[in-house]
Amino acid sequence: MKQTPFHPRTSELCELYNWSLWSNWLLVDMYAPDHTHEYFAVRTACAVFDISMIPKYHIHGPDALGLLNRIVTQDVSRCAVGRVLYTPWCDDEGKIIDDGLLAHLDEGSFRLTTGDPMLYWLEDNAVRLDVSIDDVTESLAGLALQGPFSRDLLKQLSGEEIEKLAYFDITKTKIAGIPVEVSRTGYTGDLGYEIWVQPQHAVQLWDMLFEAGEAYRLIPFGDFALEMTRIEAGLLLTDVDFNSSMKVVHEFQKSSPLELGLGWAVKLDKEFFVGQEALKQEKARGPAWATVGLEVDLNSLEAIFAEFDMPLYLPPEAWSEAVPIYSHGEQIGKATSGTWSPILKKSIAIARLKPQYAKPGTVVDMEVTIDAQRKQAKATVVKLPFYDPPRKKSMGSH
Amino acid sequence: MENKTSERELSGAKELRNKYDVIVIGAGHNGLVTAGYLAKAGHRVLVLEKREMVGGAAVTEEFFPGYKYSSLASGASALSPAVITDLNLHQHGLEILPTDPLIFSPQPDGSHLTIWHDVTRTADEIAKYSQADAAAYPQFIKVLRSYSQIMAVLNNIPPPDLPDVRWGDMISLLKFVKPVRNLGWEYVAQVIRVLPMPISDLLNEWFESNVVKGTIAASSVSNISWGPQETGTAFALFYNCSVSSNNLFKFSGRVKGGMGALTKSLANAAKSFGAEIMTNSEVAEIVMESGHAIGIKLTNGDLITAAAVVSAVDMRTTFLKFIDPYFLDQKIVKHIQNIKYRGTMARVHYALDELPSFTAAGADVQQLISGTVQIAPTMSYLQKAYDPVKYGRYSKRPYLDIQIPTLTDSTLAPEGKHCMSVTVKYIPFHLHEGDWDEMRGVIRQLVTDTISEYAPDFESCVQDCKVITPLDIEDVYNLPEGNPVHGDMTLDQILWMRPIPGYAQYRTPVHNLYLCSAATHPGGGVTGINGKNSSREILKGLK
Ligand SMILES: Cc1cc2nc3c(=O)[nH]c(=O)nc-3n(C[C@H](O)[C@H](O)[C@H](O)COP(=O)(O)OP(=O)(O)OC[C@H]3O[C@@H](n4cnc5c(N)ncnc54)[C@H](O)[C@@H]3O)c2cc1C
Repeated sequence: MKQTPFHPRTSELCELYNWSLWSNWLLVDMYAPDHTHEYFAVRTACAVFDISMIPKYHIHGPDALGLLNRIVTQDVSRCAVGRVLYTPWCDDEGKIIDDGLLAHLDEGSFRLTTGDPMLYWLEDNAVRLDVSIDDVTESLAGLALQGPFSRDLLKQLSGEEIEKLAYFDITKTKIAGIPVEVSRTGYTGDLGYEIWVQPQHAVQLWDMLFEAGEAYRLIPFGDFALEMTRIEAGLLLTDVDFNSSMKVVHEFQKSSPLELGLGWAVKLDKEFFVGQEALKQEKARGPAWATVGLEVDLNSLEAIFAEFDMPLYLPPEAWSEAVPIYSHGEQIGKATSGTWSPILKKSIAIARLKPQYAKPGTVVDMEVTIDAQRKQAKATVVKLPFYDPPRKKSMGSH
Repeated sequence: MENKTSERELSGAKELRNKYDVIVIGAGHNGLVTAGYLAKAGHRVLVLEKREMVGGAAVTEEFFPGYKYSSLASGASALSPAVITDLNLHQHGLEILPTDPLIFSPQPDGSHLTIWHDVTRTADEIAKYSQADAAAYPQFIKVLRSYSQIMAVLNNIPPPDLPDVRWGDMISLLKFVKPVRNLGWEYVAQVIRVLPMPISDLLNEWFESNVVKGTIAASSVSNISWGPQETGTAFALFYNCSVSSNNLFKFSGRVKGGMGALTKSLANAAKSFGAEIMTNSEVAEIVMESGHAIGIKLTNGDLITAAAVVSAVDMRTTFLKFIDPYFLDQKIVKHIQNIKYRGTMARVHYALDELPSFTAAGADVQQLISGTVQIAPTMSYLQKAYDPVKYGRYSKRPYLDIQIPTLTDSTLAPEGKHCMSVTVKYIPFHLHEGDWDEMRGVIRQLVTDTISEYAPDFESCVQDCKVITPLDIEDVYNLPEGNPVHGDMTLDQILWMRPIPGYAQYRTPVHNLYLCSAATHPGGGVTGINGKNSSREILKGLK
């Protein structure tokens, strides 16, 4: 069980001892008695999430670009120094292994963050390439500072320069004198930043942020709140919304990026990448699944509760056990995660459906169980993301 | 990742376009067999060999003035009779000299066990050590032959590409039905039980004498890197029998003029059908165009194109050197990298002033030592010889296969003198400590001392000596990690898994690139079967 460099602070604040284990790292689920409070801090003020545990690889050397371009589906040669790229990567059959962010730090120097540990895959692909791959997971601590006031807070600590940081930019700077790398990225779909720092400066960085952050009601947030925000943002989660092809046995458990709505991040016209041929064929034939948003019809849900003489109840946490989706009694897909969205006042879910049902506006039936009895509520197909505030990408003040 | 083709314009190298239908890389015996068959079928074939001579692991070299040696392979009985006839090798100078006995196995106590081609004669010899074993031996040989018969059928057809079996595969598998039906399903069940066994377990079921077991077991490990207690070594024994024209577990016979004469006859045959052979021509790269092999580039920069390219060299060189693995599926790269080589043999050649006297041989010495003198007196000796290899160390008491080819072919040495060649096991390629320069001396002394235990006057007969280390086998003869068969024939590297799963049919993920070396099915030995099978697939592809 590993603790992140922020543990001295996060452990003090995690009043409920509400931890879980993520890849053998201690991860806070929620700090305060109510994670909705944390959720609202992300959406209306600002909040920090400890992302230190995320696997990170520093890939550098003459063939770093070549290696990455062989592995990922995005075209890395189109990612300038100082830019970050979201990208999936696949196996030979074009099935997704994982996704992550790729930061172009310097000429021939990249950092890839991944969902699962990925060193073996990076090394396996580096045959005959002149490239170094360092696992820097434990030598870099990270904080995601997210929310509408995150820019104001950062500006106060590191200067006006931060104003110039565009969506998916990354830069080296200082926060209250501490050397850091800041990227305008995040997993909440809001205005936000990710800050990378040497572990020995981690606690100091935390303290400086919280000292200045008081004016913005800065609080830490845990995984429960993060889940709600990432679902609103329509961002997929490995092991929940899709499985890594490396971790499942059966073909039907695997997904391609095209099925996951990530086609925009698959550059089929690149010279070569692992899975390219299979994805070209899939594209030509049309993917077997489409990934969409669902908005649950609360009236129909309320009617189901009424059958049991119960008032409508919407659990405050996100859920992530897949549920079947039907159309006229036939199963047409599944919803893989969902949540009550306090800001949208909607019950939403991410779902994978047969393509003919993926058109926005299509009405489908989603399974709900009450006291283990199966019922179906109406839901409407919508485009992802559910929540996309202009401030996420905009420059200047919110 | 190198962008190699752009160099071409700069170097001012020559280009030969459309002159050949097929380029064969490597003039080992399999490359030459493939070239022979393709040329015979009317194709314009060019063979390119890195070394100054053809033959690969089957060559004759004059290490000392007047003394000629089969540098690596020496036993000739594996060469497919079909290849000999199809390519008229006898007309092109091939002469195979029989040797009998197969094995002369001297014992530390001065006795000896001799294995003759004749089964009853051998049984009589075995009776010296055990009456029960003498009675069991003919039965053992019968079983060996019947199992090997099934394998011989399999050797000559491309194994199905599991799991994606095609209709064509089913048809070729039909060839398998008749022999299996003749033998009965009971036999098939037996074969399946026996092949994965360690040879030690199998022989323990048959024999009681440690001498008998050791003498037979040695043959099963002669082409594999492992010792007799490892799984699948029983398979190796049956494989030997399935490819050997003597229908026994060890190769015998010599090629007049040494093994190089065999590959020379293959080269002559190929040339007679119109093939061209260029030595001193090292291939640097297989040139590709949108996933298709379109030719090769030599290290001197010359580009030669052809409709098909056949790699008659090992997989590591083919896929990680000739081709840029950058453009291959990850699974394939991984499989190629995982091929086990890990050679464990060395070869020592002596120039002898006179014949050493093997104490155990007595008066019959000239005949008894004319086959293979095998120093592996017992099964435990053999296993102990292997044990240190697991830790990267060499055998202090090695297993030796000793041949004195001048006894059957006096042309190999000056009048009255002799050549002696020794295959030494086990000397691991991956040494835990020490370097190869130092090891050269160590191996020489080790082998000399070991032979002297059985022939006390040996050292005084020695005039000169050359040691070929596992590293030399890689560096000079281009066999990766000194493995004699381009990848160990362990159970996970045979049949549809040879050279790698999914590509057992002499084809590759690269269009128009074929394989034909010992790395392919059915495996190693100077059989020519790989080349023959491969040429059949290539001919289908060229249509
Ligand atoms: C010590 C030893 C003893 C053996 N004893 C026996 C025996 O008694 N009986 C038996 O049947 N088998 C024996 N074998 C096994 C047998 O020799 C081999 O399995 C067989 O010779 C392999 O033949 P091949 O044609 O497939 O490959 P090879 O003979 O290895 O041929 C490959 C050829 O490709 C050439 N080449 C490599 N790279 C390039 C390049 N870049 N460009 C051009 N050419 C290149 C090589 O120089 C070589 O000539 C022995 C092997 C060894 C090492």
